[in-house]
Amino acid sequence: MTIDLVPLWTAILGLGVFFYVLLDGFDLGVGILYGFAPDTASRNLVMNSIAPIWDGNETWLILGGVGLLAAFPLAFAIIIPAVYFPILIMLLALAFRGVAFEFRFRDAPHRTFWDHAFCAGSTLATLAQGIVLGAFIQGFQVDGRHFTGGSFDCFTLFSLFTGLALLLGYTLLGAGWLVLKTEGELQRRVRRHGVVALAGVALAVGVVSIWTPLMDADIAHRWFSWPNIAFLSPVPLVTAGLAFWEWRALRDPTSEVAPFLIAVCLFLCSYIGITISLFPMIVPHRFTLWQAASSPDTQLFLGLGTLFLLPVILTYTAWSYWVFRGKARADIGYH
Amino acid sequence: MTALLLSRLQFVWVVAWHILLPAFTVGTASFIAVLEGLYFFTGRDIYFRISGFWTRIFAVSFGMGVVSGIIMPFQFGTNWSRFSDATANVLSPLLAYEGLTAFFLESAFLGVLLFGRTLVPRWAHFIAALMVAGGTLFSSFWILATNSWMQTPAGYRIVDGRFFPASWMAIIFNPSFPYRLAHTVTGFYVTTGFVVVAVSAWMLRRSRFVEEARLTMSMTLWLLTALVPLQVFLGDQHGLNTLEYQPAKLAAIEAHWKPEAHAPLILFAIPDQAGERNYAQIAVPELGSLILTHSRNGMVPGLTQWSKDQRAPVIFPFFAFRIMVGLGILMAVLVITALVLRRNGRLYHTGWFLLVCEWMGASGFLAVLAGWTTTETGRQPWTVYGLMRTADSVSPSLTPVDVALSLAGYMLVYLVIYPAGLMLMARIVSKGFAEAPKEDKVEAGRPRSPVVPIPEASA
Repeated sequence: MTIDLVPLWTAILGLGVFFYVLLDGFDLGVGILYGFAPDTASRNLVMNSIAPIWDGNETWLILGGVGLLAAFPLAFAIIIPAVYFPILIMLLALAFRGVAFEFRFRDAPHRTFWDHAFCAGSTLATLAQGIVLGAFIQGFQVDGRHFTGGSFDCFTLFSLFTGLALLLGYTLLGAGWLVLKTEGELQRRVRRHGVVALAGVALAVGVVSIWTPLMDADIAHRWFSWPNIAFLSPVPLVTAGLAFWEWRALRDPTSEVAPFLIAVCLFLCSYIGITISLFPMIVPHRFTLWQAASSPDTQLFLGLGTLFLLPVILTYTAWSYWVFRGKARADIGYH
Repeated sequence: MTALLLSRLQFVWVVAWHILLPAFTVGTASFIAVLEGLYFFTGRDIYFRISGFWTRIFAVSFGMGVVSGIIMPFQFGTNWSRFSDATANVLSPLLAYEGLTAFFLESAFLGVLLFGRTLVPRWAHFIAALMVAGGTLFSSFWILATNSWMQTPAGYRIVDGRFFPASWMAIIFNPSFPYRLAHTVTGFYVTTGFVVVAVSAWMLRRSRFVEEARLTMSMTLWLLTALVPLQVFLGDQHGLNTLEYQPAKLAAIEAHWKPEAHAPLILFAIPDQAGERNYAQIAVPELGSLILTHSRNGMVPGLTQWSKDQRAPVIFPFFAFRIMVGLGILMAVLVITALVLRRNGRLYHTGWFLLVCEWMGASGFLAVLAGWTTTETGRQPWTVYGLMRTADSVSPSLTPVDVALSLAGYMLVYLVIYPAGLMLMARIVSKGFAEAPKEDKVEAGRPRSPVVPIPEASA
């Protein structure tokens, strides 16, 4: 078998990670905004808007993690121990927020505790993912096939900042989702939160876009050398245009779908930006996608099944979203 | 304490808590699918009530299973990165297929099962229940294929100290896999069965929801009447397989130090790892060979056949195995008692029997934990049996402080979540079947009464 499957796996994993960021992104963003909901009724509604789908959204995290292990095991074996504590915090925070869906309804005496657990869990998980992203962009200390740095190396000013940036980003996505799923006063409130998050996102994306090339000469060269700059300049320009459009959509009371869709496009632009900066490295500065790839047999065996199963998964996932379409209602459920 | 030992303790902690949930949800998902099917085809309300009741319990346990399950694959990366690097080419597709065939299926259809009753046609709701049940079984298939490969590796080549695939059929259907799959899934069904029996008995003893409780008690005891003897048979077959492919593990389970024919069956002993002998041994002559090899003069391996650094810590598999078998015997006795009582028409009225049923509610969980302890500690000192040592599998960058901190974090969180979940499930049981669906909707949703704002402090 001589077909090079690395591009295919790069695409599958890229798609999987993007789906995770998108789906659990709005999901976690809803959890962050949950803390700002004014009363129990709004909280019920906010939680019900994601209760039937959060589990499926989080499944993409498993696919992302296990997909990295399967397609680029060397990267998995270096990156995951390097971000030991952010991963730990993320997992524990996700555990708390995940059980809060059920426990909050069942455990009336401790409802406030589970309310806080849901919001704080969503916030911490997001921060931790942002720190992973920042640490990933900065790269890791590697010897041979192993990470040899310390478990606290991943906490840098830059990674903390990307943590904050992702927090704002997920909040924006969550606000977009809630505009879609709520109405009336609650929707107006969410729009206001969305505008604040958008301002933060615009600022944070700007800062990261300047900070990253200053920190890394290779990335600066990739973006600012001629003729790259001509090809790549549309990325920041489109991002800026989208941000402006998102601002208009969030303030336009008749625009219900656009805030979410534009937020998705903003994430896509940032994602493309990071890809441009790092490609073809999967362990930045150390290993390319090809060097970290699993054996062709492994990639083929899993690739065949994945190409068949992913469309099936997307179909029934889309169906489950379709079942719960429309404004979130507080009166469906089994509780 | 080293980072290695702490990492092992951490893995024990997170997997031991996690396995309790699939042990319950695999069976419960199938139970719910059966009830939904009965409701769909007969239209009898009682099945609807029973299904709704167990779905509420399922929802709590499944949520806990998901969050404790997401933690598991990341353990391979955070704490066992050298194992991941060495085995990924062989094992990672199995884990990935678990996600692709099971987790997505479960999660997408779980939403419809829990929240979609009024939104989709009845047949679609039944299909959703089937898909969730199917998902849990697919998941068992792949994760047990992975675990079995670590026990009895096959279908691989080793290049530069790493494993590469040679035959996927041989990797997935490795020698111990069919036995482990059958034994484990049956064990999961039995676990759920004893929980259902215990809950039904609890209700019967209080004369609450008698109609529902009798029905679930009856159908579950019939199921257990078939599954408990089947499980004994499967366990025996699994044991023969272990003797063939993991003789050192079998010797540890039986606390046999010297290989011998006409081997006794050791019922109890205090194994002395360093002195290579047992204290306070109680044994039945010849029975060991008879059970383990199905022949009176069959050779039973002894641990002294292997060098000291290739032996499992005998005390763990030895006692864990005896706990598992002991529980199995108790289960069989209960099932036989139930048959006798049923014949005399006293199944639902015999107070002491119902009380025993309540006590046996957790027996499946204990047996699963004991069985898992047997197979995993018996595999030591290897992660990949005979080929890769546990000591060579741990992430090289971790310090003891790192792992102590993370272990403390996992302990803290699990000690909040698990008791809370157990308490909530107990509360669902105490409310019973009376919670009618129409009332439920209000509880979860928009209240009829005016909204009472929560005070600022908690907002």
